[in-house]
Amino acid sequence: MPRLRPLSTLALTLAMLTVSSFAGDWPQFRGPDSTGTAADAKIPDQPKIDWSAPLPGRGLSSPIVVAGKVFVTCSSGPKQERLHLICFHAADGARIWEREFLATGRTMTQQKTCVAACTPCSDGRRIFALWSSNDMASFDLDGNLLWVRGLTVDYPNASNSLGMASSPIVIGETVVTMIENDSESYSLGLDANTGRNMWKLDRPKAANWTSPIPWRADAKSPPVALLQSTKGLLAVDATSGSRLWEFAQGASTMSSSVVASGVIYTPANGVVALSPKASNAPPEELWHSKQINPNTISPVVLDGRLFSINGAGVVTAADTKTGGAQWKLRVAGPFSGSPVGAGSRLLVVNEKGLAQIVDITAPSGAIVGKLQLPLNEETKELVLCTPALEGSHIFVRSDSALWRLGE
Amino acid sequence: MRFILTRMKLFLSTLLFASMANLHGAANNALDALAAVGPEGTGNETAGAAWKEVVSAGPSAIPAVLAETGKGSAVADNWLRLAGGVIVEEALRAKQPLPLAEVEAFIADTTHAAAARRLAFDLLLQADQAKADALQPSLIQDPVQELRRGAVQRVIDTAKTQTADGAKGCYLRALDAVRDEDQTKLVTAELRKLGVPVDLPRHFGFLMKWHVIGPFDNTDRKGFEAVYPPEKEIRLDAAYDGKDQQVKWLPFESADEYGKLDFNKPFGLQKEATAYAVTTFDSPVERDAELRLGGKNAWKVWLNGALLFGRDEYHRGQQMDQYKLKCRLKKGANTILVKCCQNEQKENWTVEWEFQLRMCDSAGTAILSAKADAK
Repeated sequence: MPRLRPLSTLALTLAMLTVSSFAGDWPQFRGPDSTGTAADAKIPDQPKIDWSAPLPGRGLSSPIVVAGKVFVTCSSGPKQERLHLICFHAADGARIWEREFLATGRTMTQQKTCVAACTPCSDGRRIFALWSSNDMASFDLDGNLLWVRGLTVDYPNASNSLGMASSPIVIGETVVTMIENDSESYSLGLDANTGRNMWKLDRPKAANWTSPIPWRADAKSPPVALLQSTKGLLAVDATSGSRLWEFAQGASTMSSSVVASGVIYTPANGVVALSPKASNAPPEELWHSKQINPNTISPVVLDGRLFSINGAGVVTAADTKTGGAQWKLRVAGPFSGSPVGAGSRLLVVNEKGLAQIVDITAPSGAIVGKLQLPLNEETKELVLCTPALEGSHIFVRSDSALWRLGE
Repeated sequence: MRFILTRMKLFLSTLLFASMANLHGAANNALDALAAVGPEGTGNETAGAAWKEVVSAGPSAIPAVLAETGKGSAVADNWLRLAGGVIVEEALRAKQPLPLAEVEAFIADTTHAAAARRLAFDLLLQADQAKADALQPSLIQDPVQELRRGAVQRVIDTAKTQTADGAKGCYLRALDAVRDEDQTKLVTAELRKLGVPVDLPRHFGFLMKWHVIGPFDNTDRKGFEAVYPPEKEIRLDAAYDGKDQQVKWLPFESADEYGKLDFNKPFGLQKEATAYAVTTFDSPVERDAELRLGGKNAWKVWLNGALLFGRDEYHRGQQMDQYKLKCRLKKGANTILVKCCQNEQKENWTVEWEFQLRMCDSAGTAILSAKADAK
């Protein structure tokens, strides 16, 4: 277990409470603990569209689900300068509230992406939403504004002309966000109550679209934040921002790591499995497989296997103990969103809006169900988000609509 | 007579607006707290509660919200904007009346801050689209760039329904007002089809005539921070040690109608190189202005020897008006120096070593140099 700086009893209690209040929710990019899986979810083999709701703008951020509500970010306007957060009833897709404000940072992005690229996160009581313009706002579940920041106003060279995409996480009372780019590159720990800086870390000057993820040494330890970059993986104390340990052999700047049973699987010229030590020493490298190529996709661990999709649309199932490939299955791509899983099923939704359900218990994996989402062909609409799971429901969004899929 | 009545109406509306803004003293402290939000979230601790207080004041707080907008930072404006939006949403839901006449009067008064008038229009649109639609054509020459856009689009849409002569008139009217690049491209293309010439560098205010010098070294991207002689002195007859040889200032004029100054043309295809461009802009008066730059190389811009901004990002994308640098022009000759660095990347999408720069006001309206020729 890494040596942690002392936390106050209150902070520790809050951290534990926060993590335990998520049951059933999909509170951030790739769900609980950023794993892409939900223990209590079920992916239907033959999903149908339960409802759809129109969206006021573009987006590739994922929906999140908190306390029976779905939250989605969008951006609209001729320069994508209008930032939206919309709250829907998860049950029927009725719009409960919408908030809109203006970007204070740069809104230029590559054409395929847009300003609503970062998935919001929640601690079960509040929503923390970030956009590519580095505008960040927090609302309670009823839509009351708690705070708003314009991080490019504060740090004017923090931007990426291709667009930013890292999604924040919340650990205890700290919102951790990576504003990493070629120029003014940093990560921030923000006070979840006020949005004020708790810490600010200078980071490698290199474009980075990965997201922070939580990692904990064991069930009794508070989570720490893992920050991935071209240099590798850095573990920081979420409360103080102090450096705990580092894997300095380099890592992907596009696909994010995933944690299962305390082991970290980091995309790094393939995938490297890391086991942090009980000191601040660099983590032990368990294996490094170049057979697994996550490309821009973040991997997921299910049933003792690591699943990844390469640029050609091939799902690889690898043994988490060795990194050895067990089987490969071609699915219809291309993909921008990452796979998610529950039980014995893996769900992938390609850019063309085709949801594909894979039975991972089949000897070589098998597609057991498909659903084509009704995209707008006229606008060449794509689905670029990672889906969200809640119960037996799937939530997916495009530039114009949010769908709930069910049994 | 009509003029007098209109002015009286505006005066009375302004009086009513001012009195309403003052009526809600209870919420004034809360509004002050929102407007006072500062850098790095200072003031957020009190702003959260203040925001709820402002929202709970309901529609009567709208004039005060607008009056406060634009007085603080852009982030403070977002606190106020979010309050205004929620007040309107809740009033619509509760079928409460909103002070829309006052909001319309506020939009009509161009002495109000740009952010406040923009918010006022958005609230009007949210509350009553028909009223906003009726008002929009009057904004075609508005000093706020974003408020012009809808009015310009209407003229463009009208042009599409006209015969050639009618369309020509519409497009000329649109060209006079248009400031956004996408709409300007469309209007220009249509006018050129109709045989009407359009001088885009003049329309946008691109700086076309320069003197350039280089290449200086940018190995390991160190040229961005290195201080080469042009940053210490501007002497167009001087010669300096460059990257590989002695370098001198050369006159160079952009031939691109979007003002792109391509350093590969005078210096050949270079990598790990730094170059400078200098020009003189003659302003008949001291005034506020914006230098708007587009570029995909690392760059710095100085005005009269003072650094306005610099950015060390390479080959992530280029767009007109990518960066807006607010500045103050002095009366007479103003020296504009641009540093532009090319890095080591060899991919075919990293060949560009260029920038585009224009002088305009906050609405994007070109400001032209009083003297046509550069230094």
